[in-house]
Amino acid sequence: MASPQPEHIRFDLQVIASLIEPGSRVLDLGCGGGDLLAWLAAAKDVRGAGIEQDKDKAARCIARGLSVLHGDLNTEVEDYPDASFDYVILSQTLQQVYEPARLLRSLARIGKRVIVSFPNFSHWTIRLQLLWRGMAPKNDQLPYSWYDTPNIRVITLADFRRFARDVGYRIVREIAIDTASSSGKVVEFLANWRATYGIFIIEQKNSGGA
Amino acid sequence: MTAATGQSGPAAADSVEKRYHRFAEPPDTMALESGARLGPITVAYETWGRLNEGRDNAILVAHAFSGDSHAAGRYAGESGDDKLAWWDFLIGPGKGIDTDRYFVICANILGSCMGTTGPSSINPATGRPYGLDFPMVTIGDMVETQKRLLDHLGIDRLLTVIGGSVGGMQVLEWCRRYPRAIRSAIPIATTMRHSALAIAFNEIARQAIMADPNWQGGNYYDTGRSPDLGLAVARMVGHVTYLSDQAMRRKFGRRLQDKNDFSFGFDADFQVESYLRHQGSKFVRRFDANSLLYITRAADYFDMTQRPEPVDAERPDIKYLVVSYSSDWLYPTYQARELVRRLKRAGRDVSFCEIEADCGHDAFLLPDERLTNLIRGFLHGIAAA
Repeated sequence: MASPQPEHIRFDLQVIASLIEPGSRVLDLGCGGGDLLAWLAAAKDVRGAGIEQDKDKAARCIARGLSVLHGDLNTEVEDYPDASFDYVILSQTLQQVYEPARLLRSLARIGKRVIVSFPNFSHWTIRLQLLWRGMAPKNDQLPYSWYDTPNIRVITLADFRRFARDVGYRIVREIAIDTASSSGKVVEFLANWRATYGIFIIEQKNSGGA
Repeated sequence: MTAATGQSGPAAADSVEKRYHRFAEPPDTMALESGARLGPITVAYETWGRLNEGRDNAILVAHAFSGDSHAAGRYAGESGDDKLAWWDFLIGPGKGIDTDRYFVICANILGSCMGTTGPSSINPATGRPYGLDFPMVTIGDMVETQKRLLDHLGIDRLLTVIGGSVGGMQVLEWCRRYPRAIRSAIPIATTMRHSALAIAFNEIARQAIMADPNWQGGNYYDTGRSPDLGLAVARMVGHVTYLSDQAMRRKFGRRLQDKNDFSFGFDADFQVESYLRHQGSKFVRRFDANSLLYITRAADYFDMTQRPEPVDAERPDIKYLVVSYSSDWLYPTYQARELVRRLKRAGRDVSFCEIEADCGHDAFLLPDERLTNLIRGFLHGIAAA
């Protein structure tokens, strides 16, 4: 199986990969060409599975030896038994989900922990565009115009914290990252202003997980 | 017992040979799912590549209802003009199923007429062809004969079992019946059970044969008359279900065959009529009408959902690759997704991909790089694990 060099995968995926213990069972939703899964399998001996809506990308994953289903993640996640996975990854997709609360409930059912990443809508470039230009903002992470965007949700780090609490999840870990620079870095200070993406690990409150 | 290693003589490198394995000699006949017993049984099979020392590079190819053991390569003496074997684009040196790496086996199914025992074979009890005295066989019985063949070849565990259509049903049956004997499974363009639509078309095909006066209750073999017209009509119906609206529009449309105007009669005016008649009469030359009855029946009876997997905590994890085609209306993608759903619920390791193709059910028999790449990569993953 062709496994990518870690520096060749997206920075947010590198951060996500670093959070996963070796030997875990992982489901990657919207796994694209399978870079993260291939790297996790090669470097961390992870038993991975993926769901990808794009036929060609799904076929590419399978052709590199990954276990990947071509299908819609909103419905595909329904069929797994409870706690099938140690981690379920939803990277850069939450902002396109029609029923986020319902999806997250499914994810928390089939995975012990859920890793969610999304573009941060309260990044300073976005705030300034709205404040000074008075137009729907665009940046590298959210490059679409209002009329052609697949992103039907605008989420900030603060929004997600409240959402997670309201729908009954414990935030195990929160990492803010800035991918505006070429290599990408973790943001500690003024995260809600400076982070381009937020990465959260959540679990069900009653799971009592370690 | 014949060991499969070392069987490949110098000639086997460039041509393939049909071999026969005979077993279930009376009184040790084979019990069928129906409760009947059958024996002796001959299985016709072909192999490609070499079984390695570890005996762990074997792949079983299960053919579709009217197929045969000749999945790839050429028989000795065949010229370049002969029709290619049915999966020649997929199986061979350097191909998707690479015979430089894998030992590939394909056996003609029980009930067929391409060398394996079926209704046209001689019934040892009477010295005449079985006809309808041939017991009803199931997909499970077909798999059982394949297992006996593999035992004979000294293969305990297959790298994969792969097949399309009725071949895909055999793949699923292998997973249920012999999960320890396979590492992975590739069911293609198939279903867990026939829909009413699929049964309906099969029934039309069977009725076409049985309504032909030359069928004679199935005992036509020694009479000098055979239900050729019925069999041809059955094949015409089959061919329509293997195509699609798009494919037929593209291939034929309303174009006329070798004429500029209607004949105002019942000749084959349209190209599509001419095509179906041609397919019908071609099929009559190579296939037995009773075999069609038996095999379509076996396919109609097949139902994975009524056959729960045996509870087995130590059941090994079979890796599945399910493939469907977007324009297949015989076994549509929703049926492949039902299979995937069932496998997921059982906690199985499953990959699924629908291939976009307008050729209908028959797409799995047409050269397609996408299928080749899927299978090549999937097999590499299994072999490396």
